[in-house]
Order: sequence, then structure tokens, then C-alpha cells
Amino acid sequence: MTARVTVADVERVAELAHLELAPEEIEPMLRDLNAILDYVAELNQLDTSGIEPLAQVGELENVAIPQPRPDVVAPSLDRAAVMAQAPESDGAFFKVPKVIER
Amino acid sequence: MTTETKNTESYVEKPKTLAALRDEIATGRTKAADLAASYYARIEEKNPRLNVYLSLTKERALAQAARVDDLVKKGDPLPALAGIPMGIKDVMVVQGAPSTAGSKILRGYQPPYDCTAVAKLEAAGAVLLGKLNCDEFAMGSSNENSAYGPVRNPVDTDRVPGGSSGGSAAAVASNLAVATLGSDTGGSIRQPASFCGVVGVLPTYGRVSRYGLIAFASSLDRIGPFAANVRDAATLLGVIAGHDPKDATSSPAPVEDYASESDKPVKEPGKAGLRIGVPAEYFAEGLDPEVRAAIEKGIAALEAAGCTIKPVSLPHTKYAVPTYYLVATAEASANLARFDGVRYGHRSPHSATLSDMYSHSRDEGFGAEVKRRIFLGTYALSAGYYDAYYLKAQQVRRILAEEFLRAFAEVDAIVTPTSPTPAFKIGEKSDDPLAMYLADIYTVTASLAGICGVTVPCGATKAGLPVGMQILARHLGESTAFRVARAVEAAQI
Repeated sequence: MTARVTVADVERVAELAHLELAPEEIEPMLRDLNAILDYVAELNQLDTSGIEPLAQVGELENVAIPQPRPDVVAPSLDRAAVMAQAPESDGAFFKVPKVIER
Repeated sequence: MTTETKNTESYVEKPKTLAALRDEIATGRTKAADLAASYYARIEEKNPRLNVYLSLTKERALAQAARVDDLVKKGDPLPALAGIPMGIKDVMVVQGAPSTAGSKILRGYQPPYDCTAVAKLEAAGAVLLGKLNCDEFAMGSSNENSAYGPVRNPVDTDRVPGGSSGGSAAAVASNLAVATLGSDTGGSIRQPASFCGVVGVLPTYGRVSRYGLIAFASSLDRIGPFAANVRDAATLLGVIAGHDPKDATSSPAPVEDYASESDKPVKEPGKAGLRIGVPAEYFAEGLDPEVRAAIEKGIAALEAAGCTIKPVSLPHTKYAVPTYYLVATAEASANLARFDGVRYGHRSPHSATLSDMYSHSRDEGFGAEVKRRIFLGTYALSAGYYDAYYLKAQQVRRILAEEFLRAFAEVDAIVTPTSPTPAFKIGEKSDDPLAMYLADIYTVTASLAGICGVTVPCGATKAGLPVGMQILARHLGESTAFRVARAVEAAQI
């Protein structure tokens, strides 16, 4: 957990997250990430071997469903209303720029 | 001219209680339509400085007010919130109304459906005035991360209202709404309630449906109410709580009558008083002395009201902020992947390929803090780092949650300061993300553990800045938290 983030890491993460950083944004991002990661390294002080990770915190551990809900068709969102929010659409499909570069 | 209004114009005003307004509306002394109009007039006057509302939903509000007035005219029974003017944090979607989440990436988005919590308020007669400013995607502790400018604290307009539900807290503190809804992922209801001197509720994880809440960190996100007094906050929770088939994480547990439960004293005749735990870890280094003094007065008031005060130990508290920022950012990086310029929201016009369109749209649409968190979360989840960061954080999360369970075997509620400091100045921490994260030190533990809590006003500093007490209770223990909050409120510290 003491890994220092490098410029190459920032570029790799940017690609994974579909974000791009202007050249002048890279240095501040490096600085902030390293500061935050140094801080979260405090967790290394704790021995967590054998501790089950916790992902679900409600009082619901396993929902006991006496009977599954009936499988019936219910109305969905109005297609025209949904498509009206699209930046570009032909009414039935979302349109995007070309996917394959050639 | 406007810069001088601070000293000459007061922004703080306490809304009337739900009971008083209900009585006025039911007897016809006040028309719901007139009440809504008076709120819009006040918004027009005060909002330019406070920047609380991002958009107004006048047409919808006036139609709802007319329906309420119609019920009164016919002598029909009135629902619980008939005619009550309310505001909604802009991370909850309202059909046909702008829903930006404080982000440029959702500028112009008009959702085709209603958030369940909002629909429940309207079904109970509430009049929705508009959408409230917040940190972008609810990421922030000061409301300075909104793409639409910071909200100002009505108590001192040079200071932040807290975040991320800054608009929701400031609207109640300035009477630009009688009550509001906010969302809390790491403290985003409780901390602004504390900074603005109002009541804020963190319901148990799953108590309120999140359908229609724009997701930040799904294992942490909750919707909850803000109000000017504890009983009204309890009433509002009763309206929005309950199972929702559209949210599989919503709890099927019966909804209690929180308002009536909150009427019960902390010490009932012939019974022992409630046991209140005080964790030393929340009163350690870094706590502002004036905040400490105010909270200690609150604890003394609880003892005077018949509670038993007991020390409890939560020794892993210092690990909560790093744990929170790993869990929350990892989940955020996944949730915010949906903003890609394809189906709704901002699409960059400067893209020749699909891949360029994704990254340009996101680069142009997201602000600095959102990008920082997506980066951190993506990094923590990426190959080679997952075990060291995300898995480790989930393990520590279990330690923190179990620590609370052990404490609640001994006590009925735990009281702490909500924030280590009162409201800070706008700009004071905005260049240092880590310092900003540490502002959440007392609130993130309950978020990680899934338990419930209430922040209630508990005195003020010499400069007049509000201090809030955080009252935590076990899962589904909202009624207990409200009872304790009523006792603190009644002590008028």
C-alpha cells in the first residue's frame, strides 16, 4: 500500500476510467492521489487476516422471500420520453459516432 | 452593493411547524396556493445570495397546491403533508424537472420518472417548490463542488453550509422551504444540518427507497429529511420510509410512527432512562473546544432528563475515513461509468469515434473532485491493487460495523459531535482534498456500519455558529434516536 502513483499509472487509470486529463492536470492529480494513498496506508496498521470483507450493511442479511413475486408484465418507461433525452437518436436507437476506426 | 448585504440583511428564519401549518391550511386560514406563492416570493428575494435553489418547479407546485385547496373546500380528509412547501436535493429525479446532481454532465437532463421518496411526499400532499443545490454527485463536504456555484450558509454568508446536501440544509435554515430531502453517503445530511442549525436524519441503510436517487456509492447512499424541529423530521421519515419493489435493498420492516414515538420521554415513569454512550474517540485531538463545550452541555442535559450516561469504546474510529474514501470512491467509479454521453446528459461535440466521445464527454462534464474520486476508485479497483485497497477497506469496514454492534449491546444510543468544527469559510479548504475529507471524521463510521442517526442543534459558538449533536442508534432504531434528539432540543442549549 505504499506504492507511489506515477505518470504512467495516471495515464493507465485515465484510460480505464474513460477520462482524459489535460497535460496541466496530470501533476495535481499525481500529488492528490499520492497524498490520499499515503493517508489510507494507515489501514496497513491493522491485521485483517481472516476477516470476511463486508459489502452489505443493511439489517437484511438474506431476504427470506415467502413466495416469489408473480412474474407479470408491468408497464415500463415510455420509450418516446426516454429517447427524447438522448443527445442523438432516430427515435428507436441511440446514435453514436463510429465504433471501428479504419 | 450585494457584497455588503451580509451585515444588513438576515437570512435566518425558522419555518412554522408542520402542525401549525396543517392547522392553518385545514381551517382555511391559509390557502396552500398562497403559501406556495409566499415561498416563491421569499425565494426570489433571498436565493440570489444563498444560491440554494438550482431550479423551480412552479407549475407542478401550484397544481398540487390547488389540489390541496380543493380538498379543504370539499371538506375531504387531508393527507399528512397537505400544502407543505418542500425542496428536493438535485440528486433525486423528478419527472420533467431538471435534475443535474450539481454536475455539468447532466445539464438539461429532464428525467422521465419520479424518485420514490419524492413521489411519496407528493402523495402525502407536499408541494415541491424546486430542486436544491449540492456538491456534484453528492461528493463534497462544503457545497463548493457544485458546478452551479457554492451555496452560502444563511447564518454567515461567508461560510459554507456544509455538504453535500448544503442546499437542503440552508433552505430550511433560511425558510426557503419548510422541510427538504437530502442524501447522505458519508455525512452529507448530518454535517450540513449541523453547520446550518437544523435537524437532519440519516435513516438506517435500506429504510428509505433509493429508486430515483442518482447513485454515488450504493452500499452507503441513503435519502433522509431535513426539518426545523425533530418532530417534523420524524413525521417526514414516516412518510418516505418503507419497502419499495423498485429498490431491492429497501427494508420490508414495518414503518414505525416515528413522530408519536419521538413524543416518549427519554425516561418513562417506572422505567429506567435510556442509556447513552459517549465514545472518547470522538472527543479527541482536533475537536474544536467550543464544539466540545456545546456537546458536553447537551450530554449534561440528557443526564438531567433521566438518561444514564456511559462511556463506550470505538477504538477503530480513526480508520473510518480512509476506509470510507476507498469504499465510496470504488463504488463511485463504477456508478459514474453510466455517464458516457450516449443516452442522456452531455455529449461532447468534438468526437470522431465512440471512444473519444466517452472520454471527451466525461472530461468536459465532470468537475475536479468527481474526477479525483473516479481516479482514486478506479485505481483502488484495478489489477494488482484490489486486495491492498478495496478488499482491505471492506475488511476494516466489518471491524467498524461490529464495533458498533458491541457498543449497542450496552447502550441505546451513542452521542457525538456531528463535525469537529463549526462551518468553515468558503475557500478555506477547497485546495486541499485531504483536509476536506477529514471534515467527515465523525460521520463516516455510521455510514459504513449502516446504522441510523439524527443531527440536532446543540448550542452555538461565541460567534453564533451552530453546533450539531449526532445521535446514533442501531439498525432500525430511528425512534430511539428521535426520542434522544427531542430531549436535546427541549433543553435549548
